[in-house]
Amino acid sequence: MAKNVQMKDVDIYYGKFHAVQGVNLSVPPRAVTAFIGPSGCGKSTVLRTINRMHEVIPGARVEGRVELDGEDIYRPGVDPVEVRRAVGMVFQRPNPFPTMSIRDNVVAGLKLQRVNDKAQLNEVTERSLRAANLWNEVKDRLGKPGGSLSGGQQQRLCIARAIAVQPDVLLMDEPCSALDPISTLAIEDLIGKLKQDYTIVIVTHNMQQAARVSDRTGFFNLLAVDKPGRLVELDDTEKIFSNPTEKATEDYISGRFG
Amino acid sequence: MTLVGVASTVSSALIRTRLSAWSLTAIAVGTVAVTVVLFAATPMQGRVAFLLFAAALYVTALTTVSALVEGRRRAKDRLVTSIVVACSGAAVLPLIAVLGFTIAKGTAVLSGSFLTHTMRGVAEQDANGGIYQAIIGTLEQVGLATLMAVPFGLLVAIYLVEYSSGRFGRFVSFFVDVMTGLPSIVAGLFIFALWILALGQSFSGFAGSMALTVLMLPTVVRSAEEMLKIVPDSLREGSYALGIQKWVTVVRIVLPSALAGIVTGVMLAIARVTGETAPLLVTVFGNPALNFNPFSGAQASLPLFVFSEAGLPNETAINRAWAAALVLILVVLVLNVVARVLARLVSVRS
Ligand SMILES: Nc1ncnc2c1ncn2[C@@H]1O[C@H](COP(=O)(O)OP(=O)(O)O)[C@@H](O)[C@H]1O
Ligand SMILES: [Mg+2]
Repeated sequence: MAKNVQMKDVDIYYGKFHAVQGVNLSVPPRAVTAFIGPSGCGKSTVLRTINRMHEVIPGARVEGRVELDGEDIYRPGVDPVEVRRAVGMVFQRPNPFPTMSIRDNVVAGLKLQRVNDKAQLNEVTERSLRAANLWNEVKDRLGKPGGSLSGGQQQRLCIARAIAVQPDVLLMDEPCSALDPISTLAIEDLIGKLKQDYTIVIVTHNMQQAARVSDRTGFFNLLAVDKPGRLVELDDTEKIFSNPTEKATEDYISGRFG
Repeated sequence: MTLVGVASTVSSALIRTRLSAWSLTAIAVGTVAVTVVLFAATPMQGRVAFLLFAAALYVTALTTVSALVEGRRRAKDRLVTSIVVACSGAAVLPLIAVLGFTIAKGTAVLSGSFLTHTMRGVAEQDANGGIYQAIIGTLEQVGLATLMAVPFGLLVAIYLVEYSSGRFGRFVSFFVDVMTGLPSIVAGLFIFALWILALGQSFSGFAGSMALTVLMLPTVVRSAEEMLKIVPDSLREGSYALGIQKWVTVVRIVLPSALAGIVTGVMLAIARVTGETAPLLVTVFGNPALNFNPFSGAQASLPLFVFSEAGLPNETAINRAWAAALVLILVVLVLNVVARVLARLVSVRS
């Protein structure tokens, strides 16, 4: 199931604005890769090119190759909808669908793709909620609206929703930044568990979090003010935090800037 | 000890003398008394003048006393509050007056038989007769107009918010704006010229509902557009990220989230065209007898009935006009209530 992701000379634009330049990277399957770096250096932008969400913004475009197990997802003829079925995403702010119940939120991806088998939907609901460590908290109120949960529960609901469609890769854009420390811990535990089955890429502002949950860490930075962002280096998390190759990485890690 | 002392000085600095309810009443009574005396002693007269004078005097007295006792800031607050309350009252006054007048005049004639009989063979000075034909006509015309305008308008709004980006979208948007200001008689004349003169069709309820559709369309488009716009993009993206197609996202995620607002907008559009008279004048024409078929032949309608009866030089006819006007108001009222209930039923649960 889990697939690797490769980027080759990727340049990303918002209209005329060159947001990210020359990214080359490789993300291994069944591991957590963290993106760190100062705000505005393009971490979210890079993440959103991996499931073709970037192009949802008017005028936005991508150059270069982004590969899923060697298959270029930007070559002509590729259906972005199919890419997104293979590459799920969890956003910074929990965004459960407000008109749907907890159960319907979890199986939204299946139901809206016309899966109507009751037994199958129930089975997926339970399995996904269990995988998201949320089952015990909500099993007695699956019919309640998704918005009735706490922020941390909503975020785990969104994770359950994302894994219910069984993607190959799971992208998370600062999934804990709107959450309290206890919920954050719950999600970090969950990430550790999910990496057995999925390729996980997580953007985080919290360096301790990157150190705790990730196997590989990529450091992004701006070339200069008003210049595009770029990937400075991507290496084993241990190495990045103890002995990085680049001076800029070391400065950032040790809090000397950023 | 010191702490207590500090606390008490601080709290005493925060306390300001305020006018008691008793003194407010005293000012009101005094104001009325002075006005009564003035109206008796001077050539001033008239009920409206009395009310206005007393109100102005009350506000002046209140502000002055408040400035002396409570200080400048509270005095200003009292003055501005008075003005705001007075303006709000003035805004609903005409509404209440119209409603009261119509109820007073309308209930005289309104009865079961008035609602279930037509004007067929009833002379203008006859007391019997009714508005059954007009109620049926209005329901059919407005119903047909809704059936045409709502799906059409929703599709345009969805196109504008979810799909258009370029010049064509702006062009459509601009014309929707222009249409919002279209005088209703022009909509009627347009259908008259196109449907009845150029295409040689007869007057009919359907011709009227086409004119009403032209009037409803911009309202439906605009309100639906605004409601779709405030659906947060994070919901759309959440859906895309599950691999759900755009159109499914629009139909199953975006529309339900905006539904409450859209329903309200649609109901308001319906309520608005229900009272239209001018465009119906040249399209459905009016008919004293019942014509159930909206697709052929002249039909009656409530506003049209009010218009024609009110124009007759005859007390009985004019009373019928009042009763029909009351029914029209009730119909619109019911629509508004239905809109609110519907909006609450479909609104986001939390
Ligand atoms: N929707 C957008 N339109 C235009 N520019 C954007 C948009 N989103 C982000 N950007 C710009 O792209 C750059 C990278 O942003 P982002 O990827 O959000 O940074 P990060 O996630 O690392 O904080 C920033 O300069 C930002 O202003
Ligand atoms: Mg970001």
